[in-house]
Amino acid sequence: MANNAAGRDIPARIKGLPEIRPFEGAFKNTPLVRKQKGSRSLPRLNKIVDSIEQAVLKSGVQDGMTISFHHHLRNGDMVLNMVMDVIANLGLKDLTIASSSLTDAHTPLITHIKQGVVRRLICSGIRGELAEAVSHGVLDTPVLFHSHGGRARMIEAGELQIDVAFLAVPSCDVYGNANGYTGPSACGSLGYAKVDAVHAAKVVLITDNLVEYPNTPFSIHQDHVDLIVPVDQIGDPQGISAGSLRMTRNPRDILIAQYASHVIEHSGYMEDGFSIQTGSGSISLAVTQFLRDVMLRKNYTASFALGGVTGNIVTLHEEGLIKRILDVQSFDQEAIRSIAENRYHTEIDASYYANPHNKGCATNKINVVVLSAMEIDTDFNVNVLTGSDGVIRGASGGHSDTAIGSGISIVVAPLIRGRTATVVDRVDTIITPGETVDVLVTDHGVAVNPKRRDIYDRLKTKHLPLYSIEQLKQKAEKVTGVPEPVQFEDKIVGVVEYRDGTIIDVVYQVKD
Amino acid sequence: MKLRRTMLYVPGNNPNMVKDAHIYRSDSVMFDLEDSVSVREKDAARLLIFHALRCIDYETTETVVRINGLDTPFGRDDVEAMVRAQPDIIRLPKTETPEDIQMIDQKLTEVERQAGVEAGSIKLFAAIESARGVVNAYRIATSSERLVGIAFGAEDFVTNMHTSRSKPGTELFTARQEILLAARAAGLHAVDTVFADISDDEGFREEVGLIKNMGFDGKSVINPRQVGIVHSIYMPSVVEIKTARRIIRAIKRAEQEGSGVVAVNGKMIDKPVVDRARHTLDLAQASGIYLDEIEEEEING
Repeated sequence: MANNAAGRDIPARIKGLPEIRPFEGAFKNTPLVRKQKGSRSLPRLNKIVDSIEQAVLKSGVQDGMTISFHHHLRNGDMVLNMVMDVIANLGLKDLTIASSSLTDAHTPLITHIKQGVVRRLICSGIRGELAEAVSHGVLDTPVLFHSHGGRARMIEAGELQIDVAFLAVPSCDVYGNANGYTGPSACGSLGYAKVDAVHAAKVVLITDNLVEYPNTPFSIHQDHVDLIVPVDQIGDPQGISAGSLRMTRNPRDILIAQYASHVIEHSGYMEDGFSIQTGSGSISLAVTQFLRDVMLRKNYTASFALGGVTGNIVTLHEEGLIKRILDVQSFDQEAIRSIAENRYHTEIDASYYANPHNKGCATNKINVVVLSAMEIDTDFNVNVLTGSDGVIRGASGGHSDTAIGSGISIVVAPLIRGRTATVVDRVDTIITPGETVDVLVTDHGVAVNPKRRDIYDRLKTKHLPLYSIEQLKQKAEKVTGVPEPVQFEDKIVGVVEYRDGTIIDVVYQVKD
Repeated sequence: MKLRRTMLYVPGNNPNMVKDAHIYRSDSVMFDLEDSVSVREKDAARLLIFHALRCIDYETTETVVRINGLDTPFGRDDVEAMVRAQPDIIRLPKTETPEDIQMIDQKLTEVERQAGVEAGSIKLFAAIESARGVVNAYRIATSSERLVGIAFGAEDFVTNMHTSRSKPGTELFTARQEILLAARAAGLHAVDTVFADISDDEGFREEVGLIKNMGFDGKSVINPRQVGIVHSIYMPSVVEIKTARRIIRAIKRAEQEGSGVVAVNGKMIDKPVVDRARHTLDLAQASGIYLDEIEEEEING
């Protein structure tokens, strides 16, 4: 018999039950509560710290740790650079940066890499000067490139263990309820950040818009958040989102979009209740526009649109042509407005979106996806990472996730860009394996993957300029010629992880 | 019969557009060495088009080159180069008299002989762009065996007429009629002038509807986006296609049975009706991309 803190005698053992822990007082085992009822100051309930430096110190960042960021603020992101400057000033070294992607805004990382602050990058893609530097061998350890679904998978599988996540949030209350669609730096969905918030050992939110508790509806939940830092500005609105993406007037893009829309209409995958993901490129936007015409003509509605969401998807949603939107990333002002306003415009996280090893991801449910390509080879392998000079200039994104998940994956690209052919014998870097790519639509013609005889049979009577992909390659080479192969060093600067965790390709350092 | 619903202007000094001008599936592409190319770029454009025509497969699209007039310092060099590059057609701008055509005809013959190109293989299109040209239209239309068509150029014409272009196009009415009459009398194609405001799709549609009804075979277009619009307006209706198909079937049956008089739906079928039916089916086939529900074999009857 034991006397517990409430003055009751509790037997030390009760038959059939595990060991008994007697009550020790209400405050003993719940540290994060008011120590005294009636106290007006709530020090333990307020997670706000004064500066990023305090957040870095309190969250326990140490040499060699992995810290994470998200790229929802795109080119407008200020938070990664702010945090890294503080970390550099504190003299920390050898960090791994796991950012869902890196953009033109992150050029200052070059200095941190050179000074040993940053040892490794794990991300979907890199652009601009940072990408140039990586391609020229600035890092000793190769960058690990993942897809959006692959990142969620590696985090949930414990392969990517995040010590501290520094997450920029456009609005947040003192307890850590945060969302992305309110505030001066609104970016819409926080789909990539949500995964980090759940799985990182420590979570630091950085906001320029502290709001009244509770900040509902919230995307990041208070129960996952350790610290909050208010700052003046987390991002530059100009860089966060495009104002409104207008329909292109480029005749070449319109032509490709018309062919793509025609392919979709007759592919067998467009019927009443179909689902679709199109991207934010000008051709994709035009495809959406043409599909709208088809939907009106045939009296179809789509059950949902997935993905990176743009204003013209929102328009179709508000017209009743697309019933629901699942949004992991909101590309423009209209999408940001809509996710805040529309009941059936739902934010999803990256795992829900595309993690191949969870119990069901949304990319598996789409009928039609429209994708881009820097290069595609005669085996339909697609490169969206390295340019024709071998230098990194893109991102894996959801490309491989949606290609395999969709009923029909359609790659849209001009056959010739500038002086280089888009269709080649062998792409420089494989991001998406050809066995998951169904149709290539170019301005010179359409090629169906021979694996998809069913699609070819449906399209062959539809007056489309159908060619084999080898024929398209020949058409391109008649104009461009065959370029000299790009020269590389032996050093590997990047490793491309397929969404399932296996390595599909590597990126070599370019020769100067 | 060859269709010329759309003749797409391509500036001769724009390699990006020249390299694949045919992808928009206009019936003809017209590489321009004349007004869209500045004096300083005349030789560069000539060289670009020369190499493009020799290297690039424009597939089934008819290739047309608008050269500079023979009264300019560039016209003769243009002919020298283009005969060797062998486009399907040379389009002579600002044609005013039969002599203009005869002069270029002779020059073509001469260069064809020098270059070892089959005599008469390069055809001619005459662009009429002035009051004098309109007045001489029939004489121009009958001035050379090489001529396959007349194009109307309204921009210079309205300046010459001391007016400007209006939306209804009343200022062009007589010129269009004269050119059509001349072309039909000479058995040539007639192609209407460009519509310059590429953002005004509605106005463009109206004008294409007008010139189609007048009888033009097609229109010069300056933006690829206009190609599909013209083709859709020239596309026969399903009813027209079905009627045309019945007429052709009836004619074939009559020929097999050796019967003289043919009637469809109680109406006599004579040669003009048959010709029109054939033209309708040509147009339908060329418009194929918009006509999925009607199978090709059915169209061919």
